[in-house]
Amino acid sequence: MALQSASLFNTYYLILKNMDLKDKLVSSFLAFENNIDVHNPVHDVRTEAIKNFETKGFPSRKEEAWKYTSLNSLQKIDFSIFPKKESSLEYKDVKKYFIHQIDTYKIVFIDGVFSSNLSETTHDGVDICLMSSALTKPMYKAVIDVYFNKVASKEESLTTLNTAFSREGAYIYIPKNKVPKKPIEIIHFSTGNDTALMLQPRNLVIAEENSEMQIIERHQSLTNHAVLTNSVTEIFAAKNAIVDYYKVQNDNDAATLIDNTYVDQKDNSHVKVHTFSFGGKLIRNNLNFYQNGERIDSTMKGITIIGEKQHVDHHTLVHHIEPNCESHQDYKGIFAENSTGVFNGKIIVDKIAQKTNAFQQNNNILISDKATINTKPQLEIFADDVKCSHGCTIGQLDEEALFYLQSRGIPKKEARALLMYAFANNVLESVRIPELKVRINKLIANKLGVNLGFDL
Amino acid sequence: MLKIKDLHASVEGKGILKGINLEVNAGEVHAIMGPNGSGKSTLASVIAGNETYEVTKGDIFLNGENIEDLSPEERAHNGVFLSFQYPVEIPGVSVTNFMKTAINESRKSRGLDDMPAKDMLKLIREKSELLEIDRKFLSRSLNEGFSGGEKKRNEIFQMAMLEPKLAILDETDSGLDIDALRIVANGVNKLKNKDNAIVIITHYQRLLEYIVPDFVHVLHNGKIVKSGTKDLALELEEKGYDWIKQEAAV
Repeated sequence: MALQSASLFNTYYLILKNMDLKDKLVSSFLAFENNIDVHNPVHDVRTEAIKNFETKGFPSRKEEAWKYTSLNSLQKIDFSIFPKKESSLEYKDVKKYFIHQIDTYKIVFIDGVFSSNLSETTHDGVDICLMSSALTKPMYKAVIDVYFNKVASKEESLTTLNTAFSREGAYIYIPKNKVPKKPIEIIHFSTGNDTALMLQPRNLVIAEENSEMQIIERHQSLTNHAVLTNSVTEIFAAKNAIVDYYKVQNDNDAATLIDNTYVDQKDNSHVKVHTFSFGGKLIRNNLNFYQNGERIDSTMKGITIIGEKQHVDHHTLVHHIEPNCESHQDYKGIFAENSTGVFNGKIIVDKIAQKTNAFQQNNNILISDKATINTKPQLEIFADDVKCSHGCTIGQLDEEALFYLQSRGIPKKEARALLMYAFANNVLESVRIPELKVRINKLIANKLGVNLGFDL
Repeated sequence: MLKIKDLHASVEGKGILKGINLEVNAGEVHAIMGPNGSGKSTLASVIAGNETYEVTKGDIFLNGENIEDLSPEERAHNGVFLSFQYPVEIPGVSVTNFMKTAINESRKSRGLDDMPAKDMLKLIREKSELLEIDRKFLSRSLNEGFSGGEKKRNEIFQMAMLEPKLAILDETDSGLDIDALRIVANGVNKLKNKDNAIVIITHYQRLLEYIVPDFVHVLHNGKIVKSGTKDLALELEEKGYDWIKQEAAV
């Protein structure tokens, strides 16, 4: 534990009680710094970052990028910046949140603190372990110097907020020509021991030349206490590396997730990020790809199925910096009740990035009069020999298809679910972990409220 | 089995069926012929319960029960099957999964448990052989990228799987080459028995060479204007529909 003195922290806690969240965070930075090694070079990075956040504060709806997503009400909640006490969980109680049908490496956190009994880390040819070790132990210094905070934004306020408090998360380093024996699961549990808790996990994922890995990430709160997670993940894919990253976002209605993911790709690398957003009060995904090489393939896929007053916002950016690269985006959304969705897909093609092939698709179904989706492609193309296609649709279910299914004896409710499932299904085709695909299928069926006659 | 009395139906306020009377008994094959726009497909859709059409007058009885208030799925559970003229493409749902869902939902309506996987596979194998359907075809998405002939064959495969009491085949012969037509007709003939009935809706006489009807009706301007035996179909083939139109106009 970084905070060895609970009483010191409680004093801070009392002083900070009536502050707004920004001031509380800035003030807490002092307490945070007191407990870590200020001589570490990362200290300078953190200090720069908190300055940026202090200047900018939380993004407001006046900013174009946050026009449809408000963080105002969150800032009124009295979040604990650090968990008050250490908690533990039994595997049997949380087993269902793991892809337990298969063997995986596991990096598990409870209220932001590493749980050694739920985790299975390794140093056997690859490093699948903790950010706290990587940031402090000399043996990782060379890697940290080269990669830490190198692709993450130094301007975007929430990213810098995370950088300022970066201390714990997953650290994954796969050396040249290596492939870990099994997929890696990163799970963050929050126990609700604090009435409201803010978490800021920081992940660093490095795939060296010719390496390959699969990662599944999940944030799960176990009670209805408010949780605000502001996560930053940096992914570096060197030449010919393959990274498959799956984000399972199915949290309860008091949980807010801001996921900032930055991907740096070199020649011939393939990085795919799948985002499955099925639950949570508010989810904001900022997914940024930078193609620093040729013949790169970047894939972003997402399925969003939400209802009630849930809100999911996908902001993607692909920056085509070099020639001969591809990017593929395919996001499907199903919005029920009063839910709201946002899709903003930005593609930048630099002047020298000729022969770029950039594809973007966002299709949505609104199944309630009160649900809304704001979808916007944003293309900035400076090269003249490129193929860029984009399309967004917003519609309802096809009545003729519904009648076709009903005429075969499938009741309307199930028929609707089947059509919605079919609508979202093609996004699942590229999931390369079969057990995960089954799990997502079940989550979808569950979300659609049906038990279809076959194993989805 | 099916009794239609003075049926009127409209779509968006426009009357299409204007007083249909028809009785179909178990063991019979009826053909309904007629020029384009006469209301043939509307009649099929209305019997199957398509809510796009509004029944403004008249009744449809199935085995003595008025089915006016039944949803399309309830009609299917009671043994009605419609082979679509234009089967809908549903990407993402395989033919097999679709059939499993349809059969199990139908069983559920009768208070039965899901069909055991082994029995389901056996049934699928049996029925796909009947229609000379390649096994690979069954794992493809429903109707997606199917040729016209494949779609129609797939419709009759579904009919074979669901074993309806009353099957309405809406223009099943259109888009079929002669070989596919023979396979489809052969399949229908094998499914035909004394307990079920088949209504064939067609523009041409071609299919009726293979599936021989007991009765032929001519639909014109929303009404059955002439009924007869299979010879009527031959007459229509020879003389076209104009004489019917003229006769109806008198």
